[in-house]
Amino acid sequence: MHISHDPWVWLAAILTLAIFSFLYKDNPFFKMAEHIFVGVATGYGFVYTWNNGIYPNLLKPLFVEHKLLFIIPFILGLMYLAVVVPKFSYFIRWPFAFLLGVGSGLSIPLAFKASLVEQIKYTILPNPHGMSIGLFINALLIFIGVITVVLYFYFSTPHEGVMKPITKTGIVFLMVGFGASFGYTVMARFSLLVGRFEFLLGKWLGLLSWLR
Amino acid sequence: MLQKKIPLAIVLVFGIISAIQYFVPHPLSQEYYDTMLKWMIGVGSMAVFLALVSFLRHHYVRLKVKEHAPYSAVAILSFLFMTLVGFIGGMGPGSIFQKMFYYVQAPLQATMFSLLSYYMASASYRAFRAKSFEATLLLITAFLVMFSVTTFGNYVPGIPKTLEWIMAVPNMASKRGIAIGVSLGSIATSLKIIFGIERNWLGG
Repeated sequence: MHISHDPWVWLAAILTLAIFSFLYKDNPFFKMAEHIFVGVATGYGFVYTWNNGIYPNLLKPLFVEHKLLFIIPFILGLMYLAVVVPKFSYFIRWPFAFLLGVGSGLSIPLAFKASLVEQIKYTILPNPHGMSIGLFINALLIFIGVITVVLYFYFSTPHEGVMKPITKTGIVFLMVGFGASFGYTVMARFSLLVGRFEFLLGKWLGLLSWLR
Repeated sequence: MLQKKIPLAIVLVFGIISAIQYFVPHPLSQEYYDTMLKWMIGVGSMAVFLALVSFLRHHYVRLKVKEHAPYSAVAILSFLFMTLVGFIGGMGPGSIFQKMFYYVQAPLQATMFSLLSYYMASASYRAFRAKSFEATLLLITAFLVMFSVTTFGNYVPGIPKTLEWIMAVPNMASKRGIAIGVSLGSIATSLKIIFGIERNWLGG
């Protein structure tokens, strides 16, 4: 057993145990660790955004490279702060309008090509790896699944009559998809849990050295 | 005018130009795209100040309440410490900023998410009752996925192949259908925003 002498490891272990203490009930140790996380994550986000977002894309082009056109996004960015002056708080709509305008405009052709056309293409085109009975049945199932799932989300017509068996089939495919997503999400959480125990028992307390 | 018409005009002008530039094979069009990407990242990043104002205002108010004061003080101090070490010491390998990330932020975040596994286990026990055919399908698929990613699941004959088929056929069909629905929805919403039909983002 080799307990770690690294103060950083001890800090991480104490904070981990403080979060786990919530399993008993809400308590001051958990709240303290929770607020440390909020503060540290906000600070990390701020420094990271400054170094990778604001400086290289706004401040450097404007003040170092003297590209005067960048005064426009700089002023738009400053308009966020109008929210602290209630009389002029409506100026916050300008940067949002810019982001929404450019974002929406750029996303239309991209969504059309990457999501819509490509997905439809791979649903209807023959399998490039050849065609056997098994591959044909799989391709047919995918085709039926895609059509029925899309029609399930079509709410302009009531799901009655002809639509009823179609949407019921869509639900079957959706349930399989949701089941798979749920299974992977649960296992991802369990993998995090295993990671935390591995850290506590291995890196902190040194109890897992026999495993290696 | 300043409150609604100009924001709507900004959305319309930038929206139409940005949508059209994709179809124009000219260096000017590519330059516009590159510049807009930089502007978007820059303007979007500046929203961090909005988040900071909100964060500091929230915790400043809570400092006056005896019950919450120590926690909010810790949140503000943690933020100030992280910001200072980030700006003074840098973000590089071996810096205090990086150590704070690896030994404070990452363990706290991972532990909080791992806590969810306990609650998921108890919630799924209550929710996963095979009450209908659809619920049974969800239950079976989730069980197969969870079982197959364990070491034991890999050695049970047929399980890896079954999972492979589930992921490649019914799961793929469902995800593809959702992707098509989402893209149709996003295109429709984008058009509504650009042409000013959707105005909820303007607020009251």
